[in-house]
Amino acid sequence: MAEQRHTLAEMARLLESGAISSRELTEASLARIEARDSELNAFITVTAETALAAADRADQQRAKGNAGPLTGIPIAQKDIFCTAGVATTCASRMLENFVSPYDATVVERLNAAGLISVGKTNMDEFAMGSSNETSYFGAVKNPWDPARSPGGSSGGSAAAVAAGLVPMATGTDTGGSVRQPAALCGITGFKPSYGRVSRYGMIAFASSLDQAGVLALTAEDAALITQLIAGFDERDSTCSDQPVPDYMAALASSVAGKKIGVPTEYFDGLDDNCAQAMHAAFDVYRQLGAEIIDVHLPNLPLAVPTYYVVSPAEASSNLSRFDGIRFGYRADGAEDIESLYKQTRSVGFGDEVKRRIMTGTYVLSAGYYDAYYLKAQKVRQLISNDMARCFEQVDIIAGPTTPTPAFRLGEKVDDPVQMYLNDIYTVSANLAGLPGISVPCGLVDGLPVGLQLIGPHFAEAAVLNFAHQYQLHSDWHKLLPGGTN
Amino acid sequence: MQWEVVIGLEVHAQLATHSKIFSGASTAYGAEPNTQADLVTLGYPGVLPVLNQEVVVMAAKFGLAVGATVAPRSVFARKNYFYPDLPKGYQISQYELPIVEHGHIDLTLEDGSVKRIGITRAHLEEDAGKSLHENMGGKTGIDLNRAGTPLLEIVSEPDMRSAKEAVNYMRRIHQIVRYLGISDGNMQEGSFRCDANVSVRPVGQQELGTRTEIKNLNSFRFVEKAINFEIERQIEVIEDGGKVVQETRLYDSDRDETRSMRGKEEANDYRYFPDPDLLPVEISAEFLESVKAAMPELPQAKAARFAAQYGLKSVDIEVLTAAQGTADYFEAVAAGCDAKLAANWVTGELGAALNRDGLDIAESRIGPAALIGLLKRIEDNTVSGKIAKDVFATMWDEGSDADAIINAKGLKQITDTGAIEAAVDRVIAENPEQVQQFREGKDKVLGFFVGQVMKATQGKANPGQVNQMLRDKLNS
Repeated sequence: MAEQRHTLAEMARLLESGAISSRELTEASLARIEARDSELNAFITVTAETALAAADRADQQRAKGNAGPLTGIPIAQKDIFCTAGVATTCASRMLENFVSPYDATVVERLNAAGLISVGKTNMDEFAMGSSNETSYFGAVKNPWDPARSPGGSSGGSAAAVAAGLVPMATGTDTGGSVRQPAALCGITGFKPSYGRVSRYGMIAFASSLDQAGVLALTAEDAALITQLIAGFDERDSTCSDQPVPDYMAALASSVAGKKIGVPTEYFDGLDDNCAQAMHAAFDVYRQLGAEIIDVHLPNLPLAVPTYYVVSPAEASSNLSRFDGIRFGYRADGAEDIESLYKQTRSVGFGDEVKRRIMTGTYVLSAGYYDAYYLKAQKVRQLISNDMARCFEQVDIIAGPTTPTPAFRLGEKVDDPVQMYLNDIYTVSANLAGLPGISVPCGLVDGLPVGLQLIGPHFAEAAVLNFAHQYQLHSDWHKLLPGGTN
Repeated sequence: MQWEVVIGLEVHAQLATHSKIFSGASTAYGAEPNTQADLVTLGYPGVLPVLNQEVVVMAAKFGLAVGATVAPRSVFARKNYFYPDLPKGYQISQYELPIVEHGHIDLTLEDGSVKRIGITRAHLEEDAGKSLHENMGGKTGIDLNRAGTPLLEIVSEPDMRSAKEAVNYMRRIHQIVRYLGISDGNMQEGSFRCDANVSVRPVGQQELGTRTEIKNLNSFRFVEKAINFEIERQIEVIEDGGKVVQETRLYDSDRDETRSMRGKEEANDYRYFPDPDLLPVEISAEFLESVKAAMPELPQAKAARFAAQYGLKSVDIEVLTAAQGTADYFEAVAAGCDAKLAANWVTGELGAALNRDGLDIAESRIGPAALIGLLKRIEDNTVSGKIAKDVFATMWDEGSDADAIINAKGLKQITDTGAIEAAVDRVIAENPEQVQQFREGKDKVLGFFVGQVMKATQGKANPGQVNQMLRDKLNS
C-alpha cells in the first residue's frame, strides 16, 4: 500500500521551496519501484542510473535558478513511446531488444521541461488489449487487488501512478487505453482530442485513433502535463496547429449554469452500483450549479463493432513493418524470404496482435472492403454526428468510463468479445476524435470506478475544468489503493 | 486473320525534387547504399510521413500540361504487400482519388494525321528500394536510397494501336516532363520507365483481348521491341489454338523476349485504404492559378510559334523543340543572326557534334554567343559555309572564338575581284578541253571549274563570285 502519494503540483511546490531535492524525489520513486514492482510488474525497463544523473542535473539547474516549475520530477513513459538509447519494446517479443535511435515528440517535450523518466511502463502488446494481459512481459497487477487487472492498454502507467511509484505517467488511448485503466486503478486519465498531441515517435496501433494522454492523480496534474505536450509538430501531418490555450488558467472557471449531457443509452444494462456512483457524481455537479440533461447517442451500440473493424484494419498495415528485415526480432533458420516473414511474425507477435492483424487484413481485402471497412467508416461518421448533435445542447457529456470495476486477471482473456465490450463507453471519443477524461467517482465492491467526461473537439480546457471542479468537491481521487486516505 | 493491337502504358516519372516525397532524405542518384535512408525511409517504429509540397506543384503542372483535371482534393492510400525493399510493408500511393485525371496527348502520326491518346490519371507515389543480388555471397542486400523517391505514375487509356504509337506517346510524355522541369527523364538511372499493357483482338471485335503487362521498360527501344515481341507471341498463342494468360511479364533485352514473371493467381491483394497518417491534398483555385502562371511554353505551342515566327520547316522544328534546352539554344542564336541559318547549324553541325561526344546541349562546348560569332562571318561573307564548318570544328576542339581562328589560320574569304579573276583565268587557260565541252552546252562542267578555282584559292574564294565570274568568262 502506498503510504503517501504526492501530486505533480505538490512535488513542484516542495522542490520550489527547497523542502526536497530532485535527487530525493527520484530516489524515493526508484525505491518504491524496487519495493513494489516485483509484485505489480508495472515497469518493463527501469532507468535508475540515467534518472539519478538527470536528477542531479536538475538540482544544479534549480540551484542556479534556471529550473522550470516541473524540473526534476520523476515520471514514467509508456513503453510505446520511443526513447533514444533506451529499449522501446511495445511489450512485444518483436521489439524486445529494440533500442530507439530517437525520442518521440512527447518524450522530447517532457525532457525539455526537465521531467525525469525513471523507466518504461508495461502495457498490452502494441497497445492491443483492455486488461494488460497481452503483454509479452506478463500482466500488470491492479494495486487495489493484485488478482485483478489494472485495465489496459496503459495498465503499467495506471498502476505505477495509483501505487505512488511516480506521480504521472504517459499513456496512449486508441479506444480507451488511458481512461479505462485510470478508472480501474482509481486515478485520473486524460485523452486530448485527436491531433492535439503529436503522434511522432509513438509506435502506431491505429493511426486515425491513437492519441497520447496522461495518467495522473488529478485533473490539475493532467492540465500541467497536457500544457507541455500539446501543440503543433511538423513531423506529424495530423497534428493540429491550433494554438494551445492556458489549461491551468481554465481550471478555476465555475461550472455554474453549464449543461452536462448524460446519454440515456449509457445506463442500459449498467451495473446498479456503478450507476449509483454516477448519479452521486451528477449530484455534485448539480450542487455546483450545473444542469444535468438527458441526451441521446442512438448509434452507441455500433461503437464497439465499428472500432473493432477500423482499428484492426489500420493495425494490420501499421504492423507490416515488423518483418524481421531492418530491426526487431528475426526468426532463425528461415529458408527464404517468405518463410522469414512467416516465422518472424508468427513467433514475434502474441495471439491478440495476430488476431487483430488477421481481422484487419480480412476487412480490407478485396470483396470485403465495402462491407466492413467502408461501412465502418460510414458508421464512424454517424457516431461522430451523434456526439456533435449532443454538443449543440450541452457543454460536456458525462457517464461511466467502464461498465464494471476491475475484473479478475484471466476472467476475460479467453473471450475477446467480452473483453472488447469493456470499451463500450470509451471508443466513441476515439472514433469522433474528442477529448475525454476519467476521474475517480466512487467505489463498487471496494474497487474504484471512473466518471468519464467528454468534450467537443479541442475543448481540452473545458474537460479539464469540469474534472478539476469535481475534484475540488470530492475526495475519491485521494483514496489510496485499499480504500484509505 | 487480321489482328488489332491494343496498348496502354503506365509511365513512371521520377520527380526532380531534392528530398524524398515524405522525408528530408536526399534523392541524389548514385550514393553508397543506404546512405540516403533516414528513419522515415527505413520505416522505423513511430515515424510518420510528411508530404513534400513540391511534388504537389509538379503533379499540378503535369495535369495542366496534358489538359487534365487537377483534383481539388486527392487522397494518399496504402498499397499493402510484403517485399524486402519495401520498408513499411506498404507503399504510399494514390488509389481512388488521384491528383490528376482525364488528360490527353495529341500524337502526330507518320502520315501527318493527329491522334489523341487519353490519359486516364496520374498519381503521386513513393518508389521502393532495390534488392541487390550480385557480390552478396549468396545473400540478398537491400539498398533503400531510392525508397521514398517521388514518382508520378501516368496511366494512359488503351488507345495505342502499335508499338510505334506507344513509343511516340512515351516520347511525348518524356518531352513534357522535361519541359516542365519536373523530371530529368534519365532512363539509364531509372528516372523514367514504363509498364506496357498489351493485348490483341481480331479486327472489328469490340471486346478487348486478354492483356499481359510488361514491367519496367527503361528505354524507348526496349518499349518498341518488347511490345512487338509480345504482340507476335500473343498472336502465335491464339493462332495455335491457345489462350493468352493474364500475367505480368519481364522483358529480357539480351534475348529480346518477354518472360512470365507472375500469374494472376499469384497477384497480391493490395488492400488499399486511405493512409491515416496523411491529410488529403487540397488544391485551391488560387494555387492552381499560380501554378498556371509559372508554366513554361509547352512543346506544341512552341512548335507553332517557331513556324510562325521563324518560318522554319517542320523537320527542323521537330528537332529544335524536342527538348527545352535545344529550343532555348536555338532562340538565343536566332536572336543574333538569321533564324534559318541558326536552325541549320543547330540541327546540323551542332547536333552532330553533341551526338558524337554524347553531350547534352547544356554541356555544349560552343555556346550560343560563340555560334553567333561564327554565323555572322558567314552572313558577312568573311567565310564560306564550308570553311565555317572547319572553323566550327576548331572552335569545338579548342574553345577559341571564330574570329580568332579565321585570323590565325588566314581563312578569310577572298572577295578581291582581281585575285579571283587571276585564278579563274589561269584555270580556264589550263583546261581547254573542258572549256570546249562547256561551250558545247555541257553545263555540268561549270562545277569542275568552280572546284578548280576553290582549290587554287584554298577554298577561300567567295563561291558566289567565282560562279558568276566563270559564267561570264566562259560565255564570252
